[in-house]
Amino acid sequence: MQLAEFDFISALFGGALLGLSAAILMFFNGRIAGVSGVFGQMLVGREIPWRASWIGGLLVGGFASIAVAPELFGAPVQQSFVLLLLAGFLVGLGTRIGSGCTSGHGICGLARFSLRSLVATLSFIGAGAITVVVARSIGWLP
Amino acid sequence: MKENILSFVSGAIFAVGLGIGGMLEPARVVGFLDFFGTWDPTLAFVMAGGLAVNVFAYHVLTKKREVPAFSTRFHLPSRRDLTLRLVLGSAIFGVGWALAGYCPGPAITTVATTTLDAFAFVGAMAVGMVTWSLFENWQSSASS
Repeated sequence: MQLAEFDFISALFGGALLGLSAAILMFFNGRIAGVSGVFGQMLVGREIPWRASWIGGLLVGGFASIAVAPELFGAPVQQSFVLLLLAGFLVGLGTRIGSGCTSGHGICGLARFSLRSLVATLSFIGAGAITVVVARSIGWLP
Repeated sequence: MKENILSFVSGAIFAVGLGIGGMLEPARVVGFLDFFGTWDPTLAFVMAGGLAVNVFAYHVLTKKREVPAFSTRFHLPSRRDLTLRLVLGSAIFGVGWALAGYCPGPAITTVATTTLDAFAFVGAMAVGMVTWSLFENWQSSASS
């Protein structure tokens, strides 16, 4: 296995901000900062105001990032538009079936020492790792 | 109102954290899943940073409270059982995640770039989410 070039200080700092964001939402509002849960429940009309506010914060943070540091947004990896749509659909479907995504399970659930979140996290990382190998071999990823 | 403002602030910090942590670069995310090729450990450090802060905040600060500062109760999952649904759903998510390098947070944040790819991915993701909700509603009305 080879290692890619990476900046672990930025990664730790960025991660710490994700932790801070989740801590704020739980401490003040009693809510889990899980993007799939917040977005998915908002889409079906459950307690829209705080959820729309959080998603709005994500977007405003995104716009601010473009204004200040557009290089933070990397180019898409998936070159096929059809596979991009398939990927989006599977992410939406799978996170609702599995009750969470990288943030809800990976940062919030693991921080609460939830066994369910540990199992979910291992499952999506494992499935992702297998998918990268298979997708490369059949030309679905560059 | 206070609750929604805090929610907004939390969302904005989340987006900035994703950017600084390199999580808005799909190549890094796919690289993290590429254990058998050139592995990119960035996501592991992001998760470590997030967990360090959140473990402290949850166990030392939040857990001491009966109720949240601005709300009437903590909304925490009550389930403890390990189910096939949990494992398979997460695996389906993992397949989609690896094919594009976007999980829900980075995908929604990337909508700010107003590119067709970002809108298409989030649109398809929304369809996937609503599809499951509709299926669950249909299932619960069929069994009652």
